[in-house]
Amino acid sequence: MSTTTTTTDLVETKKSGGLTGAAANYIDERTSISTAVKELGRKIFPDHWSFLLGEVALYSFVIILLSGSFLTFFFSASMTPVEYDGSYMPLKGVEMSAAMASSLDISFDIRGGLLMRQVHHWAALLFVAAIGLHMLRIYFTGAFRKPRELNWVIGFVLFILAMAEGFTGYSLPDDLLSGNGLRIIDGMVKGIPLVGTWISFLLFGGEFPGEAIVGRLYSLHILLLPAIIVALIAMHLLFVVVHKHTQYPGAGRTNQNVVGYPVLPVYAAKAGGFFFIVFGIVMLMASLFTINPIWNYGPYDPSPVSAGTQPDWYIGFADGALRLIPPGLEMVWLDRTWSFNILIPLVSLGLFILVVLIYPFIEGWVTGDKREHHILDRPRNAPTRTAIGAAGVTFYAALWATASSDIIATHFKVTMEGVIHTMQFLVIVGPFIAFFVTKRICLALQKKDREIVLHGYESGRIVRLPGGEYIEVHQPVDEYERWKLVSYNDYKPLMIRPNAKGKITVGQKARAGLSRWFFEDRIEPVSTTELVRTHDHHH
Amino acid sequence: MTTISTPKQSDGRKAGRRSPLASVALIAIGLLFTGGAYAAFSTSTASAETNAASQQTVGEGQKLFAANCATCHGLEAAGTNAGPSLIGVGAASVDFQVGTGRMPMQLNGPQAEKKAVQFTDEQIVSLAAYVASLAPGPALPDPSLLDAEGDAAKGAELFRINCAMCHNVAGAGGALTQGKYAPALAGVTEKHIYEAMVTGPQNMPVFNDMNISPESKRDIITYLKYLDNNPSPGGFALGALGPVSEGLFLWIFGLGSIVALTVWITAKSN
Repeated sequence: MSTTTTTTDLVETKKSGGLTGAAANYIDERTSISTAVKELGRKIFPDHWSFLLGEVALYSFVIILLSGSFLTFFFSASMTPVEYDGSYMPLKGVEMSAAMASSLDISFDIRGGLLMRQVHHWAALLFVAAIGLHMLRIYFTGAFRKPRELNWVIGFVLFILAMAEGFTGYSLPDDLLSGNGLRIIDGMVKGIPLVGTWISFLLFGGEFPGEAIVGRLYSLHILLLPAIIVALIAMHLLFVVVHKHTQYPGAGRTNQNVVGYPVLPVYAAKAGGFFFIVFGIVMLMASLFTINPIWNYGPYDPSPVSAGTQPDWYIGFADGALRLIPPGLEMVWLDRTWSFNILIPLVSLGLFILVVLIYPFIEGWVTGDKREHHILDRPRNAPTRTAIGAAGVTFYAALWATASSDIIATHFKVTMEGVIHTMQFLVIVGPFIAFFVTKRICLALQKKDREIVLHGYESGRIVRLPGGEYIEVHQPVDEYERWKLVSYNDYKPLMIRPNAKGKITVGQKARAGLSRWFFEDRIEPVSTTELVRTHDHHH
Repeated sequence: MTTISTPKQSDGRKAGRRSPLASVALIAIGLLFTGGAYAAFSTSTASAETNAASQQTVGEGQKLFAANCATCHGLEAAGTNAGPSLIGVGAASVDFQVGTGRMPMQLNGPQAEKKAVQFTDEQIVSLAAYVASLAPGPALPDPSLLDAEGDAAKGAELFRINCAMCHNVAGAGGALTQGKYAPALAGVTEKHIYEAMVTGPQNMPVFNDMNISPESKRDIITYLKYLDNNPSPGGFALGALGPVSEGLFLWIFGLGSIVALTVWITAKSN
């Protein structure tokens, strides 16, 4: 009897569509996956090139995981001294750590090893760069506003973790360059009052460099940090699904809908193909261009430091801050040395990072806006935010550029001192200049938009009227375009209001002050009344 | 200068490195044998090389010096406000400065720039002989030290310890203070590398034989020539400048091309 039942079941399954159907049914009956596929497959994603930047970061991370796993098969995270006996002639017989020797073996004696090392390193640079660009896109379009504030924080923590991954990885080969980098970190840690020396000894297992640090960094690099990153990426993506994707303003796009393509089949195919494009570019770079030639740097030895010693690009801003600090800031107080030449950069960079991390909350508090925003701002329509962003970018870029001060000096034939003093000026004054210039440009662009909505484009066609008057014919803007130009949030400075006890608190005053600073210069979007009035005027 | 007993052509400088070296070597060996026992035991604090055979060369050198160098260095080579004294700098120093085109200096600046060489090899030999005749100084290096067949691994280690802080580990050059710089070392001849180490031109310190032995100098030359003759195993070296050029390349070409492709992928078909 039971046999009969099974047969009927099989027959039924077969009816519903071949092997694919049967397989799908098999899986669905055991996992109920069809609900998820139905839900996710019909999920709509809007199409814009800047929405792919986060994907670039995700794909680089996948490439890093793949190439990194290959490298772990051959890397030996040990600082035991060995005598190098591989095939790179100018290092033969030189004493070095097992870590350095195995990195050289990966580069010269393991098939595909050098390619994988270069893939891993180029993809790492790309990973952080793509996160950076993705973050700039999010910032300048206001995509961090409610409900996405927490996802901004997660993303920013990912950026910091990516830098940590980068730095721990950079230090693993135990070559001269990475050793110099570690020495700088060691110096910075030791510059922290009271606890610095203790932390440094704890970190290095004794006096720098010791024999422990590579093994410890390796555990962080391949175990702890990737695990946290994977978990946070999962959360980050989950939030994207939960919040739905933002979209640029345009005809028919509102806070209640998403205009775009469904994941299946269009978006999945595009995104899948894009993975291979990113992989291809990384492969191309790795096969054609040298990155981190550890064989030139040689094994780490605390005495030599090479000219042109720099960290990878994403740590450059910190290196630049150290280069910019003027000399003579150390002092002895309470029988202790206070290294303000280290503390000032540490504290200012810490504050900078903190402000970026919590920016969505600051702006949310200033505007007092509790609404959900799924339509992105055009950067010009949030002049103060865009200007703050430009100031931040200038500050970061000046620090970053300073990390290459010596190379700027030699390649542009200027003096080191000149470069440093220019950069000191730019780091402090540059952000203010950038703020004012950007804000004015944004307001001017808004004025231009207003003009276009009200009077249309200049057509360049001059018409002479029967009365002898000359007029230029303006071509009215079409309705789709107008939608984009007029639909944006307009904030007015907040009024100070007494609270329930009838008091005006300091917080209230600060908030009103900030709100005035944000929104006192503003260009109102064109209202319907205005539009109708100009229209009538023209007729 | 035509009376120098060498069969080599005076315009053979570009044709091959060996011919000037050979003529220099002939003179050096000749001087060592005829000049006295002192010279034979010293390689760098060399000898007062004046004898009958080179007297004519010295005379030629003196004329060239008076015509081309005396404006700054003084008719007696004792220096003026515009240029240092050359007494005791030795033949190696002249051969380096003039042989790399740094002297005569084109214009005042943070340091003398390398440029096209202004004299023939014979003229340089004469100038060197004249300056060497003024007082003892570092002599031209022995050709056996310039064969670039020493121990590259030892040379690389010495290079990292003694040279890399200014010249960069891959010899790509680096910045110094006040607009001065350590030049890139790619393509510098063996002889000029050696001479630079012994004489310490411009901002470079002197690495005498007590500091780095002649054999170790030979090892360093071997390493630099190894870098010259072996392209980077990883592909294009991007100037061997380290993470700065890598970062710039990644942002401009790596991320740049990826952004271009994202635009292409999301472009609407017309």
